Amino acid sequence: CDSLCPPLFIPGAGDQGLFTSLYTSLAQQLPREPMEWRRTYGRAPKMIHLEANFVQFKDELLPKEGNKALLTFPFLHIYWTDCCDTEVYKSTVKEDMMRWQNSLRTHGSADWVIIVVETNDTKKKNKTNILPRSSIVDKIRSDFCNKQNDRCVVLSDPLKDSSRSQESWNSLLLKLRTLLLMSFTKNLGRFEDDMRTLREKRTQPGWSFCEYFMVQEELAFVFEMLQQFEDALVQYDELDALFTQYVLNFGAGDTANWLGSFCAPVRSWSGLLLRRPIDMEKRDGIQRGEASLLDLRSYLFSRQCTLLIFLQRPWEVTQRALELLHNCVQELRLLEVSVLDGALDCWVFLSCLEVLHRIEGCCDQAQLAANCSHTVGLWAYATDKLKCLGELCGLVSEKGPTSEDLNRTVDLLAGLGDERPETVNSLQSPYKKLKEALSSVEAFERHYLELSHAAMEMYRAISRLRSARLVGKSLAEFYMRKGDPERAESFLQEALKSYVSEGWSLPVTHTRRQIAECQKLLGRTEDYLQTSALLAGDLNLTTEERKHFCQEILSFAGKTGDKSHKVSLSMSVFTQLTRLQFHPATASVHSGAILQVELTLRCLMPVSVRVQQLAASIHFDVDHGGTHGRSKGAQRQTNPGTVEFIQSSSSAGPPSSSNAGPSLELDEIQDRSPSDNSLNSTGVVCKNTHLVMRRHDSSSPPDTPNCVSPPTVTMKEGAQMLKVQDVTLEPGNNSITFTAPSGQPGTYTLRQLCATVGEVQFVLPHIYPSVQYEVYSQEPQLTVEPLSEPLLAGLPQMVKFTLLTGHYAVKKGDALQLSNTDTMPILPSSSCSARISSPTAELVGESVLSIQSSEKVTSISLPPTPPYHTLEFQLEVLCIIPSGSERFSLQMSIDCPWSIYSTLLALTFYIPFKTKHSLLSAGNRKYVQVCVQNVSDVNFTLAEVKLTEKQHASLELQSLNTKTQQLLCSKYSVFCLWEVRWKDDLPSCLQCVFSANFSPLNQDVSAFKPFHYQFQFERVTTLYSVRAEILPPTGEQHCRSGFLCGLEVCITRLTEPAEGELAEDSKTDTDGLKTTKLMYEVADSSSNWAVCGKSSGMVSMPMTANATHKVQIEVMPLFAGHLPFPKIKVLKYLPHTAAVAIQPDPDSCVENDSLSLLDKTLDDQADTASIRSRGSVHSVGSGDQQQKGVAMPRLEPFSPGQVFNHTQARQVLVLPSTDDHIMEVNAT
Amino acid sequence: MAVCIAVIAKENYPLYIRSVPTQNELKFHYTVHTSLDVVEEKISAVGKSLGDQRELYLGLLYPTEDYKVYGYVTNSKVKFVIVVDSSNTSLRDNEIRSMFRKLHNSFTDVMCNPFHNPGDSIQSKAFDGIVSGMMVQTG
Repeated sequence: CDSLCPPLFIPGAGDQGLFTSLYTSLAQQLPREPMEWRRTYGRAPKMIHLEANFVQFKDELLPKEGNKALLTFPFLHIYWTDCCDTEVYKSTVKEDMMRWQNSLRTHGSADWVIIVVETNDTKKKNKTNILPRSSIVDKIRSDFCNKQNDRCVVLSDPLKDSSRSQESWNSLLLKLRTLLLMSFTKNLGRFEDDMRTLREKRTQPGWSFCEYFMVQEELAFVFEMLQQFEDALVQYDELDALFTQYVLNFGAGDTANWLGSFCAPVRSWSGLLLRRPIDMEKRDGIQRGEASLLDLRSYLFSRQCTLLIFLQRPWEVTQRALELLHNCVQELRLLEVSVLDGALDCWVFLSCLEVLHRIEGCCDQAQLAANCSHTVGLWAYATDKLKCLGELCGLVSEKGPTSEDLNRTVDLLAGLGDERPETVNSLQSPYKKLKEALSSVEAFERHYLELSHAAMEMYRAISRLRSARLVGKSLAEFYMRKGDPERAESFLQEALKSYVSEGWSLPVTHTRRQIAECQKLLGRTEDYLQTSALLAGDLNLTTEERKHFCQEILSFAGKTGDKSHKVSLSMSVFTQLTRLQFHPATASVHSGAILQVELTLRCLMPVSVRVQQLAASIHFDVDHGGTHGRSKGAQRQTNPGTVEFIQSSSSAGPPSSSNAGPSLELDEIQDRSPSDNSLNSTGVVCKNTHLVMRRHDSSSPPDTPNCVSPPTVTMKEGAQMLKVQDVTLEPGNNSITFTAPSGQPGTYTLRQLCATVGEVQFVLPHIYPSVQYEVYSQEPQLTVEPLSEPLLAGLPQMVKFTLLTGHYAVKKGDALQLSNTDTMPILPSSSCSARISSPTAELVGESVLSIQSSEKVTSISLPPTPPYHTLEFQLEVLCIIPSGSERFSLQMSIDCPWSIYSTLLALTFYIPFKTKHSLLSAGNRKYVQVCVQNVSDVNFTLAEVKLTEKQHASLELQSLNTKTQQLLCSKYSVFCLWEVRWKDDLPSCLQCVFSANFSPLNQDVSAFKPFHYQFQFERVTTLYSVRAEILPPTGEQHCRSGFLCGLEVCITRLTEPAEGELAEDSKTDTDGLKTTKLMYEVADSSSNWAVCGKSSGMVSMPMTANATHKVQIEVMPLFAGHLPFPKIKVLKYLPHTAAVAIQPDPDSCVENDSLSLLDKTLDDQADTASIRSRGSVHSVGSGDQQQKGVAMPRLEPFSPGQVFNHTQARQVLVLPSTDDHIMEVNAT
Repeated sequence: MAVCIAVIAKENYPLYIRSVPTQNELKFHYTVHTSLDVVEEKISAVGKSLGDQRELYLGLLYPTEDYKVYGYVTNSKVKFVIVVDSSNTSLRDNEIRSMFRKLHNSFTDVMCNPFHNPGDSIQSKAFDGIVSGMMVQTG
């Protein structure tokens, strides 16, 4: 415990000798045991150690009415006696006690105790008088302790070391503690109540804060003594708040009288004093009501500081200190206290350092370093104040202080008073520091730098970089005033970098202006001009200022220096390239054509600037690739031919765009195989990875041209340049048009832009995104294409000739030579004109072509055409319809004047018709049907349809067609029919020619073109007729479904065998009779019939006319109704014979054909599985499939017309099996 | 009331800054910019201890002799800074809080404007009006 803490006050009365002999050990032993202190107003109980001061009782000690002192308050009165003699007691002691009691009572004190000390000696001495019931103690109790027996305590043998003695000591101590605490609690409560009452009177006139201060501080002292620092601090905080409130009320117009003393002019500014626990000097001042505001605040804070340090909260001290200092300055301002200029700065400076010293005194170095954030505010504040003082006292200027400054310094130092005794011997006291700093320019600089660097270091250590830079900036200002721009610049540049990177435009402008000043002083022309350019374009400055900086550049530019000393500056600060436009928009021209490039430049200068030359350098690449048409993905083109340059806004605007990074520039790549140009792979590449992937943290934003130093920009001397001389750039947007060189074919990339103003060059080192244009050279190209698709053969058709002249100029007399072909003559036309159009598809001229045809060549004279123009003309051609395919190509061979080789061009023609023919039979009579289908999109008229037979004159073809002209619409067909009539014999082979005239619909007769179609029939004669009859089951009239009925097939030979047939087929003869083998087959593909038993079989037909063969087959109808007859097929059966094998086949294909036919029939059987599955079919060919390819029996179909089926499409009525069968009707 | 009100983007560039009197504008810019140090410190300190349960109001960032600087940070790390004259002692913490809340609401309205491009400086009349209402009107 602090020795200065006043302990509780206990006056003793009675036997003084006894009292003094015991007092020491009592004072020692009393605080040993803690007591639980129960408190009023619901405050939490606490364990406290009681300490006591024992003093001799005097009447004066008793508190008088209205005494507020708590420290000297007698809490417990003790009467000591060792009297053991009743007589003595009665005669003197009792009387003394009575007097003591009376005196206490008059002062209203009820806290007393009587201690009777018993010793063995006394006992022995008074043996005779010892009566058990009437001891002294009992007497005293009965006399004084009216029902309060605990107020009299016996202490036995206090000076002996016995257990009895110890016990009695303990009980005494306990008793004392209890009574003391009781009294303390009671009196403290009373004190607090009084204090509150006093506080409530604060609105009454005559109330004094200082008086009240002393009262509440008494309470704080008591708490402090009891080591209740928290409670003590609360008292001071309450006082602090109360005072603050008064000052605020004063500000609001509510003046308290007592505040008058605090409004007195400040005469002393010696700063805080934290080295004494209690600054009695200031306390006395407060008690006397003479303290100034600063005194009161200082004292209050010193007490708070002491308590906080007891509470081990040093960082709260620093925080409160800063608040206090700010607050005091404000309060003095509010109270309108007159203060000498700079006095407060002194006070604050000293106070800051004092607090820091105090904190350093109670913390070790590591703690201090870890808690920089708490102290740095004070350091910075002190630095700031010292700087103010330095400026005030003329210590910052280059020239040093004037006499006026010196006077001021003296006045300020006077207010500091003498150094306090505590710090007189320390070398680094705040007092000494301030005095020294104000003594000379050099000392000031040293101290100021020391503080600044300390503050900066600390800010950096806790990574408050912005604050550090602000201190740095203030340091730079100091250097500037000292005339040391070199040191200033580095601080300014660092600050600038931070402002630019975070986009704070106003600080950027301000700092930049300071930098400009620095650079001008340093004579760094290039940097200065660069900064000036930035400032001239800075919208935060007034127009006047901008003009000034612009003039700085222009006047430098106007100087006629030697040519070698040209200054290159970054263009982006002078003018910004916002847009680039190509005319024509494709940015791709043929060599020699005019290409214009229009630049839009936004000039940032406040006045118009005359530029001697504006040049853009070009990088030229010879284009090895294709002639043109390469994709120009490099340009982010919103509209073709225009490149917008995205500016990262003004140099100090929000850096959002730069933070987001450049946008991806993607391009498609295609990897083609070199041999056949087929696509191997395709993908997307990012073209600006170097920008996108760049590390962002360390790099400065792109648009900070003079952040540290301007980038060294040099204009590369390119071979080719776009140049404009003498342009005046007005503020704002300017449009400048260049004519781009387009001599050689290749790719031209714009690289750099350079504006020359006198001695100054503004260079844009990279035009980005890259801008390029192409110059190409093209070979002449001739194409021929149909005017309308498709080209129809047989009709005159227009074809279009297109000639792209490319680099070739068509001269007068140049002609195209077309080799004539028979199949496609070129139709001479009188009015054939050629159109000449420019590359932009504008019609330039039109002239009539002269076409001369000779036997072999058609020559077309071309009109003169300039290069890179298009020449178009149309020719009419006619393609003779050939026989055969529906579509065919014709090659044209053309000799062109620009090439020694012939150009081969192909045209594809389509035949408008598709023709089919068929032979129809009715018994022996024969008919020929021709179907003409129009496959084109044109409607035709068909006329003079004719059919002729070439070989047999006797043959008559009788037309059954009624119309002479017929409409044949697109996609429709026309059928024509002729009956064949003959006189003797029908030739087995007919060679027919179908011919017709056709013309597109609604054209006159002259437009009719012939159309021919040749075809041939073989084996025309009808050999057999097949009749079938269905016989209902016996006894029935009709067939019934599900009941077997008979099928009678009757095959009749109609004609005598012809010669060829005999030779061919009679080999199968086995018994001398000429027979031929036929196979019949009953097949029902529609599952109407079930064939029971044999469905196919072999018959031997005698080769004579009217030979008939009948076959009976059982079939069963599966459904009721009119069912079509089952199909009956008759095939030639060629058995496996040696003769056939030996006989050389007239056509080896026949066998293969028939073999495949055999296969086909087998397939057919598989189709009619429903029949076979019923077990009735035993296929002829089944089992023979594996022997395919070996000579074996085979089937051969008859040619159409050789077999006539009478029952084709006949139907028979089949009744349902029973009447009651269920019919299903589905209705939907 | 306030003498300077600033809205600062996540990337620490000013979205809006206005101060009265205007001749001291530069000083306020410096003050607000420097206050970002403390804002960042507070954000990182809070981030460590409380996770997502974050108080937007950062309280007094730092006092200077003449001004008190208060901070507030939205969940999207947009910072609001209000500078109050130190002599204006009648202003309670609660009033500062409600000023920030009002500011935040108005800022949200600005952001809700489909024509506003987030990241651009604020040029809303409504926002201006709210700010003006919070500023000292000096003749």
